[in-house]
Amino acid sequence: MKAAVNSAPATEVLQRIREQAGQRFAQLGWPTTHLEEWQYTNLQPLQSRFEAGAFREAPCRTGFPACPEEDRLESLSYTGGTLRGALAELVFVNGVYAPEASTFAGSSVPRVPRGSSGRAVPETEEPEEPRNRGLRIWTLREAPLEILEQHFARYADYANHAMTALNTANAEDGAVVEVTGVVEGFVHLLFVGSAGFQSYPRNLVIAGRGAQIAVVETYAGSGSYFTNAVTEIVAGDGAVVDHYKLESESLEAFHIGTVHVHQERASSVTSRSISIGGGVVRNDVSVSLAGEGASLVLDGLFITAGTQHVDNHTLIDHVVPHCDSIELYKGVLDGNSRGIFDGRIIVRPDAQKTVSRQNNKNLLLSDTAIVDSKPTLEISNDDVKCNHGSTIGQLEEEPLFYLRSRGIGESEARDMLVYAFASEIVDRMKLEPVREQIRRAMSRQMPRGGEQR
Amino acid sequence: MLEIKNLHAGIDGKEILHGLTLSVGTGEVHAIMGPNGSGKSTLANVLAGRPRYSVTAGSVTYEGKDLLSMPVEERAREGVFLAMQYPVEIPGVNNIYFLKAALNSVRKHRGEEELDALEFLQLARQKMKVVDLDEAFMNRAVNEGFSGGEKKRNEIFQMAVLDPKLAILDETDSGLDIDALRIVAGGVNALRSEKHSVLVITHYQRLLSYLIPDFVHVLANGRIVKSGGKELAEELEQKGYEWIEQEVAAGA
Ligand SMILES: Nc1ncnc2c1ncn2[C@@H]1O[C@H](COP(=O)(O)OP(=O)(O)O)[C@@H](O)[C@H]1O
Ligand SMILES: [Mg+2]
Repeated sequence: MKAAVNSAPATEVLQRIREQAGQRFAQLGWPTTHLEEWQYTNLQPLQSRFEAGAFREAPCRTGFPACPEEDRLESLSYTGGTLRGALAELVFVNGVYAPEASTFAGSSVPRVPRGSSGRAVPETEEPEEPRNRGLRIWTLREAPLEILEQHFARYADYANHAMTALNTANAEDGAVVEVTGVVEGFVHLLFVGSAGFQSYPRNLVIAGRGAQIAVVETYAGSGSYFTNAVTEIVAGDGAVVDHYKLESESLEAFHIGTVHVHQERASSVTSRSISIGGGVVRNDVSVSLAGEGASLVLDGLFITAGTQHVDNHTLIDHVVPHCDSIELYKGVLDGNSRGIFDGRIIVRPDAQKTVSRQNNKNLLLSDTAIVDSKPTLEISNDDVKCNHGSTIGQLEEEPLFYLRSRGIGESEARDMLVYAFASEIVDRMKLEPVREQIRRAMSRQMPRGGEQR
Repeated sequence: MLEIKNLHAGIDGKEILHGLTLSVGTGEVHAIMGPNGSGKSTLANVLAGRPRYSVTAGSVTYEGKDLLSMPVEERAREGVFLAMQYPVEIPGVNNIYFLKAALNSVRKHRGEEELDALEFLQLARQKMKVVDLDEAFMNRAVNEGFSGGEKKRNEIFQMAVLDPKLAILDETDSGLDIDALRIVAGGVNALRSEKHSVLVITHYQRLLSYLIPDFVHVLANGRIVKSGGKELAEELEQKGYEWIEQEVAAGA
């Protein structure tokens, strides 16, 4: 793996943008349910706890070398989120990079000496591994100035989205991943939260011309905390990006996350958003298809139970001609939980020959679970092929009978069918370790559904 | 093994079986024949406990126990197996995974040790040969994209793996070519023993030349109207069902 260029810390750039975003957040304020975008999700309980000081910032925000050892290690007791086979796994605890828990290409990162600049990626002595060629990773605060100037906060819109503004105003740590070649393998960014903290993970993935990379983000933790994350992904000309976001937060946690994807000419992006955990969750995924011939697969899976609330908003913006997007979101809702799918597709006047398919399918497992499904198409030219649909149903009687008629107990049969419903999303994930992780998370919720592989 | 007495049953509130009585002894193979719509599938489905079918009168005793009060899965675990006329496709549920879960549920109920993946695979491979199913089918989703014949063979395969005491075959032969028919008959014949009983529901006599029944019954208008030996099947094949219907009408 190529070592990062030792650049001057880019704090001034960040500082300027942070200040602007902070002012913007002050103007916009917390979103209320009067806003159409937020009609299903009431942030009042979060806001009042936030304002009452329920969530503190991680003590080591001024730089991890100064962070007391115990603080980090205690929070790291959570290890369930680790994915095997990652080229690099960067662990952030309550928003702050934890080098001792992070690994690069299977080996743990050497300790960064105290008082040093804290570069994320060490110089490696071995020759560069071919599968890592062209991959560079920094923590946000160590990223080169020119990358930040060119990309930071250029895509996720903090001027109009309060929660993006809040993140931008507070963003201090996260990962910057730059790929200039074809990288076979994936980078894992693991964000671990713990009770009483607020965190603002901020990530930037830049895939250059013809580059290829897979990036997995996992959000997990324990206790009640608040995660406000933003990830910006830029896919350059012909770039191929496979992106996964696994939201597996604690059931008492608040998670408000935004993924913004910007696609250039003939780029190909697959982004999958899986929500299994979290008490109150809001996922915003927006994609600009800004270069001709770009193609997008947007998958989502949300599995909720108890009193969980998971609100998914997606926006696919077809700006130019000849782009295609395929979107499938599936929801499985049990108990008194509530799920939302609000998917907007915009086809601009110039975006002729757009092909767009959008579908949302939901499975209600209890009489008290609620799902709202709102697919919308806004098409401004007539030379397009677009369709969308949504279904809300229960487990079907016939398959359930078939399984039971072979001796499988009712609850096991139900779990198997729920698994089967979700498997349409899970099975087409390219990364086996991620599929495994999701199946594991699902089997915690549905212990009798079994792992089918 | 199975005692059906004066069974009145139907679907969605419509009575189809109007007092059906039938007794199947251990080790016997019974064939039930009858015209379309006579209630053959209704009988099979009531015995398996399919939802929406309800019993309004009569009783079904299986090995001395009240079959109708058992949940669907318990009937299966006690050894009742229905090869369905129209097996449902279940996308996303792996065939082999499903069958292993089924077999282990049955084995657990019987007080037998569960099979691990390897043991199960050995058993499955052996049974697959009987029905001439390719191993590739086993790793697909249950019945998904299977042809009609493949679905029927999959039913017989499941039957062979689960080794039921009472197998009910609902028109498993319909729509099969002669090779597939032989395979199905072979599967049933392999199961045949003094401990196993079989109820073969069929519309045609064809299957019965490969699967010689001990008894043949004619089901018409929700009742068994005639019973006899295997020669009754041949008679039906020659004369058709109208003959029975006329005889029943004349006798009534
Ligand atoms: N859902 C239903 N509602 C009402 N009648 C039904 C329903 N399904 C089947 N039937 C009727 O029940 C009768 C018996 O059906 P079935 O038992 O399937 O006959 P068989 O298997 O002998 O052809 C037929 O007349 C059929 O039309
Ligand atoms: Mg029938």
